Amino acid sequence: MQKVITVDYEKCTGCRLCETVCSLYNEGVINSELSRIKMIRWEWDGLQIPTLCQQCDVAACMAVCPKDAIYRDKELGCMKIDYRKCIGCKLCMHYCPFGAISYNFEKKRVMKCELCGGDPMCVKFCETKALQYVDVSVAALPKKRDLAEKVLMEVSASEAP
Amino acid sequence: MPLTGKVAIVDLTKGEITKISIPEKLRRLYLGGRGLQAYLIYNHLKPGADPLSPDNVLVVSAGVLTGAMAPAAARTQWGGKSPITGAIASSNMGGYFGPELKFAGFEHLVIKGASKKPVYLWVNDGEIEIRDASHLWGKDTFETQQMIREEYGDEDIKIACIGIAGENLVKLANFRTGPKDAAGRTGTGCIAGSKKLKAIAVRGRLGLRPAHPQRALEYSKEAFDKIMMTKVAKAMGVDGTSFIWNVTNSSGLLEWMNGQTNRFPFGDWHDMTIERFHEEYSLGVAACFNCSVHCRHQFRLKEGPRAGEFGEGPEYNTQTAFGTFGLNNWEDMLQGWHLANVYGIDTTGWCNAVRGVMELYQRGIIDKKVTGGLDLSWSNAKEITPKLMELTAKNEGIGAIIGQGPLGIISEFSKYSDKVGYYIQHCKGLGKLGNVDRVQPSFSLGIATSTRGADHLRSRPALDHYNLPEDVLEKLYGGKVSGDYTSYEGKARMVRWHELTYAVVDCVGTCKFQTVFFSPHLPAYEEWSKYLLYNTGLEFTTEELFEIGERVYTLEKMINYREAGHARKDDYPPERSFKEGHKYGLEPVKGRHLDRKKYDKMLDEYYELHGWDNNGVPAPETLKKLELAKEPSHIV
Repeated sequence: MQKVITVDYEKCTGCRLCETVCSLYNEGVINSELSRIKMIRWEWDGLQIPTLCQQCDVAACMAVCPKDAIYRDKELGCMKIDYRKCIGCKLCMHYCPFGAISYNFEKKRVMKCELCGGDPMCVKFCETKALQYVDVSVAALPKKRDLAEKVLMEVSASEAP
Repeated sequence: MPLTGKVAIVDLTKGEITKISIPEKLRRLYLGGRGLQAYLIYNHLKPGADPLSPDNVLVVSAGVLTGAMAPAAARTQWGGKSPITGAIASSNMGGYFGPELKFAGFEHLVIKGASKKPVYLWVNDGEIEIRDASHLWGKDTFETQQMIREEYGDEDIKIACIGIAGENLVKLANFRTGPKDAAGRTGTGCIAGSKKLKAIAVRGRLGLRPAHPQRALEYSKEAFDKIMMTKVAKAMGVDGTSFIWNVTNSSGLLEWMNGQTNRFPFGDWHDMTIERFHEEYSLGVAACFNCSVHCRHQFRLKEGPRAGEFGEGPEYNTQTAFGTFGLNNWEDMLQGWHLANVYGIDTTGWCNAVRGVMELYQRGIIDKKVTGGLDLSWSNAKEITPKLMELTAKNEGIGAIIGQGPLGIISEFSKYSDKVGYYIQHCKGLGKLGNVDRVQPSFSLGIATSTRGADHLRSRPALDHYNLPEDVLEKLYGGKVSGDYTSYEGKARMVRWHELTYAVVDCVGTCKFQTVFFSPHLPAYEEWSKYLLYNTGLEFTTEELFEIGERVYTLEKMINYREAGHARKDDYPPERSFKEGHKYGLEPVKGRHLDRKKYDKMLDEYYELHGWDNNGVPAPETLKKLELAKEPSHIV
């Protein structure tokens, strides 16, 4: 079964370790602009949300690529870029509904999350487990549980004397 | 790569900027951060300069590893000549400013001269511009940051700025970044105000290239795991520094009403506990750059004119600072904290000044004629806090005296009584925290000898409280140290060791809370050596790092001797710590105060270990040994 990176925004502390280790592992440099995961922050409300590629089943990046340079990795299920075919037109960057493809201005080519070969660094270093790498079949379980707990509380509240 | 970070000399009088690479020789002698900053101050500050004149310098320094692949590599060090003390200004802050400065290609900014009109620095990918800040002058520290980001349309710009307190040359003014972090102590914001420097905005896309990326990643992961295994990291992640407040409070180790009592005198202290904060205010915790511990509390004010505003970071020291003069609940403390932050005032220094002045009022030394009609009774703390804070920020009325800090208060009020100096609690002119240290010789010695004036962050030897076996202490400190926290034996050795160790961590640029400051199981020399090797490619042994600590601490002492004539007479705790014991708390705490004879002996030992003469001045052979004899050498 395929694994996906899940994001629990409430657990994110905004430390940006995900960006640090992503760019260091993949590009050999610490630079949030060269990280495939990007922290969006509302500093004056104390909110931060890491954004990253959702590895879509119907992938706009793949569909729009004029050179068929974007393909699905059969083993990991993620979308990858074949740099031998990529011409750097950036259409994938413009069409991705999540802005999850960005441009590496040092290497002059687009880049995206390719799950670090199956051991995503951002997840490995995320101390609060805001990011997790889990089987897609159970990825939605925590949310189902949250909802179930809410229902349970309402039920027990309505039954209280 | 961390080693390519440059020094920029910014001359605001001439409008000139010079960029200089850091020679490896200086790197090996001073490492970076606080160490290289001490070098830059000693070399660039005109000896004897008036702190508010263009001859003073404001030095902003990222640590050698700030922004690099190491846990909590987030720190920025600020320095110059303090307008409060006349000695070294030195203050260290966390957040995201320092890493961004590194990503923009700079490690140190030496800001000289003074501009005629308000300016801010725009530091962007290897370039620095001095830009007009007329539109920012008069804005608070939150508005200023938002306006600069809007100007460039870039939310990722990091900004450090002063508030109106710095603009108005309030000595207790600080330099701030984000909603929480501040280079709070020693008046860095006042120096900036005198130079008409409103802010420094940085944006960096150059990044850092560690020498050994894979090993840096692997070793950091090990270090993070080790840090998170400690009890203290877990406690800090929930309660922040406040995790120790309940214990210190119930042990009688907090001083209330300016050190008059060690038992809470303002009603029910339960409204000030961290548990109450969690129940009523906490919106969660945030972290500094690369930090797994996440100790920054988030909240919104509920009442008052600023109800609904967001803030971050009340600490143990918020509870002790605002609590000690009568704010006995979170809403009042948070309002005080928040106001200080938006005006850009050091909370520790301000609260110290206020409680000193309140004791003068209590004793009838000053009255309403002096306070401008304000009733400074302890019971009136809630009512007067916003007014006093505003007056301080505007440098008006009684606020203009409070804002000068201890020496200004003593000089203004000594005409009313010769006891004023006794009631104002400070060392070297910097206000003391609200902690009981007079029962613990090690804490007292460290606070009194601290090169930046009264302060626990220079040396806090927390291990003194842990009842560790003496063979463990001997191994750590390299000599006999008593495990009894009320003892004087070996405490000079203990304090010196912590001074040097914290100096090194301030050079490295990682967080002091992830060191022996809190637990012997947290990173120390061995870990720093590895962080340094994998990130910079440079090898430093434990002994070499320790010697850098010695060099940095002695150079700071030299700055103080040159600029303020500081010597033995300035290395004593306030007189009150020798004369008055406290009534309450644990048995060893009750009635205990410092013994001058024993303190003197401890001070002798301390100087000998540092290689300073009996007057507390670095000896010529020590300067030679530490390669300081030829300073200022003007290499950079």
